[in-house]
Amino acid sequence: MTNPNGRFGSHGGQYIPETLMNAVIELEKAYNHYKNDPVFNEELTELFNEYAGRPSRLYYAEKMSRDLGGAKIYLKREDLNHTGSHKINNVLGQALLARKIGKTRLIAETGAGQHGVATATAAALMGMECVVFMGEEDTVRQALNVYRMRLLGAEVVPVKTGTATLKDAVSEAMREWTSRIADTHYCLGSVMGPHPFPTIVRDFQSVISKEIKEQLSSKEGKLPDAVIACVGGGSNAMGSFYHFMEDKNVRLIGCEAAGRGIDTFETAATINTGKEGIFHGMKSYFCQDEYGQIAPVYSISAGLDYPGIGPEHAYLHDIGRAEYVPVTDDEAVCAFEYLSRTEGIIPAIESAHAVAHAMKLAPNMQKDQIIVITISGRGDKDCAAIARYRGENLYE
Amino acid sequence: MSRIKSAFENRKAFIAFITCGDPDLETTAAAVRAAAENGADLIELGIPFSDPTAEGPVIQDANIRALSGGVTTDKIFDLVRELRQDVQTPFVFMTYANLIFSYGTERFLSACQDIGIDGLILPDLPFEEKDEFLPACRKYDVDLISLIAPTSADRIAMIAREADGFLYIVSSLGVTGMRNEIKTDLSSIVSVIRQNTSLPCAIGFGISTPEQGRAMAAVSDGAIVGSAIIKLLEKYGKDAPAHIGKYVRTMKEALRTA
Repeated sequence: MTNPNGRFGSHGGQYIPETLMNAVIELEKAYNHYKNDPVFNEELTELFNEYAGRPSRLYYAEKMSRDLGGAKIYLKREDLNHTGSHKINNVLGQALLARKIGKTRLIAETGAGQHGVATATAAALMGMECVVFMGEEDTVRQALNVYRMRLLGAEVVPVKTGTATLKDAVSEAMREWTSRIADTHYCLGSVMGPHPFPTIVRDFQSVISKEIKEQLSSKEGKLPDAVIACVGGGSNAMGSFYHFMEDKNVRLIGCEAAGRGIDTFETAATINTGKEGIFHGMKSYFCQDEYGQIAPVYSISAGLDYPGIGPEHAYLHDIGRAEYVPVTDDEAVCAFEYLSRTEGIIPAIESAHAVAHAMKLAPNMQKDQIIVITISGRGDKDCAAIARYRGENLYE
Repeated sequence: MSRIKSAFENRKAFIAFITCGDPDLETTAAAVRAAAENGADLIELGIPFSDPTAEGPVIQDANIRALSGGVTTDKIFDLVRELRQDVQTPFVFMTYANLIFSYGTERFLSACQDIGIDGLILPDLPFEEKDEFLPACRKYDVDLISLIAPTSADRIAMIAREADGFLYIVSSLGVTGMRNEIKTDLSSIVSVIRQNTSLPCAIGFGISTPEQGRAMAAVSDGAIVGSAIIKLLEKYGKDAPAHIGKYVRTMKEALRTA
């Protein structure tokens, strides 16, 4: 899907400082070698299965399906992975790759803390040093994850610049990488940034759609009618879509964080409110003002609170292969509560955006149609914030 | 002769960087005039960006001060137009790819030509992506300046051969900001550049003292100073131009003996 320069249609590319160019070239060469290396793939599969607990379950949400009265709903349970989200898939792949090319230190950005926790976990497992950059605002919203990262031996650097959220954490991780390259791998957490990251992260996350296809085939003997996932940078969505891209009858739906609504400034819905631009190493869609200043976006979900989207999603939007719909804070919180009560599954507030859209879609579909929702992470980390959203005075 | 080329004619060039609109455009205008009058051979005008990923804390803060003061690309174009009435020093814009892309590449560069901008430095535009802006730069006679980093190694020759204006050598790993020590083997980088182009090259990132300026200019064709000047703006605000003039004179003196 990627052309040689890392383009997805007009999107993608490598808009980064010269200082980093040889590092990304080295990474691309290494990846192209190891992705076809049987030993590497065997090691990665072993880590996926024995350490992360793959394959993750494809669970038939019977009560929810009955309650909504339309399509059959399956949940892809990435929340059951070790560390509690899909982030571990990409991190195990990148950490293994980094170790193969002689790197001893991992740096990462994190929003909700899920990617930071996953990176800290892989670093502990592989005996690597780890530094995680996290917006100061997010270190408050997700204090428990900060403790988890430290417990795992990582250093957490609160980023105070800009809006002190995910985009600033990415900027700071990039700055850190330009100052220390020789022993350090930047373990980017989403299908974004300069080539080859969007491709590498997609490939490591594509295990999600590979499993959905196999599992649904054995349970139902057919393809789903729609696959729904939340989109910030877009890694769990890209992983959920990938093996269905050629199956044109499968609707691929990405749910963006609309925050307080796409008609307000307090939104992070990139495709719905942004325009094409160049930032964080890639050409894609970004929330920005008329002069190209990046907008201070907002969402209740720290993991979706990012002003851009991965370049392959931008391309899938351009060619009409995937749909990107906005979901507000309110809708996501309702879905968070709904799934908890209906199925006894507390989803991450990020994943709740996908659940919310499925709740709108399912009742209008036939009973023999199938929706798969990727539950990208578990919601324990969000309980205190949602309680506060509902007016309870609960702090971690 | 192009204005950029003339900046390096028979001398080591002292290149000053100023973030436009920090703390306001009147101060920028006075600072640019002070730098020019005291011998700056080329002036980099920073168009502030919300997320300047190549900058250290000093210039990041300057970007925030400028943007919160309400500066925009159009207001900076007006400033340059006004400065060009009396200042003939070569000007290059230093900013980030998105500001140009979003303004409209063609529209941005045609404005650069109209107002008298000589070059453009984009730290997030490596060799592989230069075709994004190069055709428009050439069409409107604005030199797209290439950067070379301590990690460039086998890429130096390729970059130098296709460069325009001058080459900007990044002295150290990391972001902009003052450094106590510059350890990169810059002479070897310069010698590879010399084998591949006749264009001048100047060194920036981390230079603040006259000694550093002299040492850097001695191995290349000039020295670029940003954060040390921005520090003066941070400290003195509207009164900074006089201090900037004095600083530029000191640095320029040091470069005469390089």
